[in-house]
Amino acid sequence: MAETTRKIRVLIAKPGLDGHDVGAKILCRALMDAGMEVIYGGLRQAPAAIARTARDEAVDVLGLSILSGAHLPLCRKVAAELAAVGRADLVWLVGGNIPRRDHAALRELGVKGIFPTGSAFDEVVAFIRAEVRP
Amino acid sequence: MSDKRSEESPVVWESGLEITPVYGPEELEHSGGSGRIGRPGEYPFTRGIHPLMYRQRPWTMRQYSGFGTAAETHGRFLYLIANGQTGLNVAFDLPTQCGLDSDDPMAEGEIGRVGMAVDTLADIEEAFADIDLNKITVSLTINGSAAAIMAMYFAMARKRGFDLATLRGTAQNDILKEFVGRGTWIFPVEPSIRLVGDTIEFCAQRVPKYSPVSVCGYHIRESGADPAQEMAYGLAIACAYIDHVRARGLSVDSFAGGLSFNFDIHGNLWEQVAKFRAGRRLWATLLRERYGATNPNAMRLRMIAGGGGGGLTIQQPENNIVRGAYYALASALSGTQTMALCSFDEAYTIPSERAARLSLRTMQILMHEIGLTDTVDPLAGSYFVETTTNRMEQKIREHLERLEAQGGVVKAVAEGWVQAEVNRQAYEQEKRVRSGQAKKVGVNLFVEEGEAEQPDVEFHPYREDEARAQIARLAKIRAGRDGAKVRAALAALRSAAKDGTNVMPATLDAAEAYASVGEICGVLREVFGTYREPIRF
Repeated sequence: MAETTRKIRVLIAKPGLDGHDVGAKILCRALMDAGMEVIYGGLRQAPAAIARTARDEAVDVLGLSILSGAHLPLCRKVAAELAAVGRADLVWLVGGNIPRRDHAALRELGVKGIFPTGSAFDEVVAFIRAEVRP
Repeated sequence: MSDKRSEESPVVWESGLEITPVYGPEELEHSGGSGRIGRPGEYPFTRGIHPLMYRQRPWTMRQYSGFGTAAETHGRFLYLIANGQTGLNVAFDLPTQCGLDSDDPMAEGEIGRVGMAVDTLADIEEAFADIDLNKITVSLTINGSAAAIMAMYFAMARKRGFDLATLRGTAQNDILKEFVGRGTWIFPVEPSIRLVGDTIEFCAQRVPKYSPVSVCGYHIRESGADPAQEMAYGLAIACAYIDHVRARGLSVDSFAGGLSFNFDIHGNLWEQVAKFRAGRRLWATLLRERYGATNPNAMRLRMIAGGGGGGLTIQQPENNIVRGAYYALASALSGTQTMALCSFDEAYTIPSERAARLSLRTMQILMHEIGLTDTVDPLAGSYFVETTTNRMEQKIREHLERLEAQGGVVKAVAEGWVQAEVNRQAYEQEKRVRSGQAKKVGVNLFVEEGEAEQPDVEFHPYREDEARAQIARLAKIRAGRDGAKVRAALAALRSAAKDGTNVMPATLDAAEAYASVGEICGVLREVFGTYREPIRF
């Protein structure tokens, strides 16, 4: 019973030096309004710290927001750190300024959903609900 | 017969002002009357800060630019100047903005990506080579590491024989808004304000024509604030800097003229006009009544108004060309001193040369073909404009009072209250756009069936070789400079930071000795610590 009523747990994180957090914080609010539990740690999170939080907080979903263009090098590091803590299984989303030509490389790293600038937050909510079956 | 208009839904501006279909003398009188309009160039400066405004001083056109290495940025600067741009607005990469050297592990993948990479004075020298700093005014978009970058700019100017006593230019250097939006903070709130104070004091004494701070309502608006809050929070932040510097014993008349402002311009045209006219008047009133300023220069709200990034859309991007022209019109009608426009492709890329030129041409067409410079504040005296200016001033005052009730802007920012407030509004606005309640052409209105896919996001290609070259260049400078001189300058900086002496003279010495941004900010980090973000929803 408890299993089925458990809320979906989401970690939203901003890796790298990019300081644009409006989108990430709007998404946090939308996910909370959708009944999910959201953890947001602020700007400039190190990939290793993101992976540790994902493990310690037993999140179902990790959403990274990156607008600076540094998504490939950052996601490579995050992928390695997630594998190192044994959390390569979580549903991994990336949002922000992500050119189409980089989508395949991100998916190869394990990214499940890509939500470029201009995406609606309800798309993200629906995607998470479909991917995470409590 | 029923009056059709009365059946229409009310018109309410983002700031919460309700707009009636017709304005006349009664509405104006009821809002406070016309007694505080005044003459252009005179207190309370409702109609503009200069008597003849554009007839005498056309607005400066200053597009934001900078990418890659100093050499590349230099090339773009020369191109913009050759095309008639009269000022430069320099973009720095994220490591530079966060006070990190290019060889810092955190800089990996970020070098030269969103602006020019600067490690030492050598990069600043290369970027501005052969540019006449007396003719082209330079604005440095730098905040957390502003003390270091300003010191490098002054060092470069001095080396080239420019006199600091007459050097003009602007630094953004508004750290309080970085905690609200944009996010390139480094140190905790209190020492961050002290650093801003050091630069204001230093400039007042040594570089008196330079504007050490450009207070940005802009990024607060982009983060979700409405126009009245944008103005209120901007003015409150400026007052926080004034309070800090006055506590050092400087008279407000001696430095407040060095403060300038940066405001956003998207949204309802009339709301922007009211915001600027009301803001100008309120600033002058605050300076005179709260601070006892007597120097008119200290009461003039000088500004750059433009950008409008938050109004641009990635959908149907050509529409942004039209939006940009209307934003520029609003900016000109608002009596701005400087204008900069986001380029139409800026919603998804760093502007292409073609898009940047189009923005420049937009402003030039306004200036030379449309008649916007014919006369001063042409909207003055309109029942509608004067009434909404009065009402907007009242709104801004209400927001200032709410801030006071939170214990003032410094406390409200340190505790994350302002951040939560503006983000909640960003979310509400996003919901209104999604539901169609807030109309956006090409997004929730007039979306064409079978429309081509929205344009792809593009970046300047990241060149690993260029990043490596920047790191190699830094290593070469480190090897070739006088190490003892650098160590001595950094030691002097450390003790100034510790004992409360103004850090700028020591920072200038460090810059001249080719100490790096990371080394200078590293010393300050050691003394001040780093900021911890309050997370509040």
